[in-house]
Amino acid sequence: MEPERERVSAEGPDEIRILAATAILGYGFPDASFAAGLARRPHVIAVDAGSTDPGPYYLGAGESFTDRTAVRRDLERMLTAARSLGVPVVVGSAGGAGAAPHLRWLVAIADEIAAEQDLRLRTAVIAADVAPETVLRALDEGRITAVPHGPELTGADVRASTRIVAQLGVEPLVEALRGGADLVLAGRAYDPAVFAALPLLHGFDEGLALHLGKILECAAIAAVPGSGSDCMLGTLRRGHFVVEPLSPDRRCTPTSVAAHTLYEKSDPYHLPGPGGHLDLTDCAFTPEGERGVRVTGSRHVPAPYTLKLEGARLRGFRTVSLAGARDPVFIRELDGIVAGVRARVADNFPDLKPEQYELLVRVYGRDGCMGPLEPRPVVGGHEVGLVIEAVADTQELADTLCAFARSTMLHFGYPGRLSTAGNLAFPYSPSDFHAGAVYEWSLYHLLRLGADEAARAFPIRWTELPEGAS
Amino acid sequence: MTDGRATRTVPLPELADVVRSKNAGPYELTLDIIFTTRAQYELVKRERLVDRRVVAELYGVPVADVGEPIFYDPARAVKINLRRPLPSGAVGETDVYGAQQHGPLLALRLPVPGDAEPAT
Repeated sequence: MEPERERVSAEGPDEIRILAATAILGYGFPDASFAAGLARRPHVIAVDAGSTDPGPYYLGAGESFTDRTAVRRDLERMLTAARSLGVPVVVGSAGGAGAAPHLRWLVAIADEIAAEQDLRLRTAVIAADVAPETVLRALDEGRITAVPHGPELTGADVRASTRIVAQLGVEPLVEALRGGADLVLAGRAYDPAVFAALPLLHGFDEGLALHLGKILECAAIAAVPGSGSDCMLGTLRRGHFVVEPLSPDRRCTPTSVAAHTLYEKSDPYHLPGPGGHLDLTDCAFTPEGERGVRVTGSRHVPAPYTLKLEGARLRGFRTVSLAGARDPVFIRELDGIVAGVRARVADNFPDLKPEQYELLVRVYGRDGCMGPLEPRPVVGGHEVGLVIEAVADTQELADTLCAFARSTMLHFGYPGRLSTAGNLAFPYSPSDFHAGAVYEWSLYHLLRLGADEAARAFPIRWTELPEGAS
Repeated sequence: MTDGRATRTVPLPELADVVRSKNAGPYELTLDIIFTTRAQYELVKRERLVDRRVVAELYGVPVADVGEPIFYDPARAVKINLRRPLPSGAVGETDVYGAQQHGPLLALRLPVPGDAEPAT
């Protein structure tokens, strides 16, 4: 009953149109933009679902940083549209951090959609988890390198990691599409890979395909005005590609597209990926039509296959208390008060060693945003916001320390004090909150693979959704 | 930078379309300045008005913590990488995404290309 896929010649299509629905699955997109994209008959609908920007918690805890209802909303529109066009959907970095629990979570959402929308989806599921033994062996063999300003890896870091993933490259995604997948759900993936997979299956230039993917992975962020929750269309031809937003309220300009290659990257000319790097030194950006930009000159330079590893370890549990202060003498004496509170905590719990907990008082209105990088760490206004924070091995201990520091600070005596009834304004009762488990990055390193290892690093599990419906 | 000289200087926010910071991985911050005019960009690039020492002074960090500025002609942009004092998400760290670390750059004042070419 499904329409036939667009027929392509033996040499493949002359161009491939790629619809990027949104910057991150769950960030949403206007239906009008999406419909405008579908009217262009894309050959694939793809989305990157992840990022390490939200921090190590989500990888460590196995939770998504995007909301389930919002993810379902986006994926349902993508899947129903793709089935009516007869084209595949490719999703990378499932559930944000892209480890096994995140991938299971996204498969379950897709399964639910398939069941409710009466879709049959030949689905390729590709896990990105890496066994600690694999990393330890590579460490022994000297195949792990640190990133700039990052620490050297130790075996202890690997063994302490709750979860380890690698950013998988385009190869297993190409295999999944070659195998006829209607839906590809991948764990942690190199962001451009989900967009470059279909073009590479059809033999398009790797440099252009990956550079296009690099832009599309942020959807309409490269347009003016930029948006992470609107669609972008990429058209890849044999010697160039064109990107254009699908909302009439946005357009791409040579500057907006060129500027995007700077975004979140340490070098705009050389962007490293799993099997080499993108060299954008010779790129040219020219206007195309009313809202598009044509890009030429992107080159892929092959290099030994290298995977970026990401791992997180449990650091402890956190309790925070939020308060404000408006008394000018209290604000003037704040450093001494904080030192006094810390001393009282240590004195009151003499059995606790200093290395068993972290007690922090963040001062918003002074250096809350920048900490040690703040060049002017002085209070500029008439009030400050305070976050009292305790991190310890158990939530119970974090609660104890936070509560004691909070009550001590509330009634702490200091020189020149006039406001003897209390030092802090609490916006809430209760004043203290569980922030839960605290994770830290334990691994953010490069792993060099042998060619044979690279080929079988990420096996595909084939399934039909809805599962159990056959 | 140009103190004591007669050169007219203008605050960076009047010369740039974009001044931003973001993580480039958990251990580095990347700062981008996209200049409004090609002439201003070319002047900054030619005279190396933004260099490691200038950025280190603005942030109060050792020069070793600042990467060599990368000038990117297609976007009239200069990119500077900075070592993070603490990795993103570490206990005590202040800005998980690194998106609010650009403030000190806004205090930068730069000479402008000359009165024949308005700055904005």
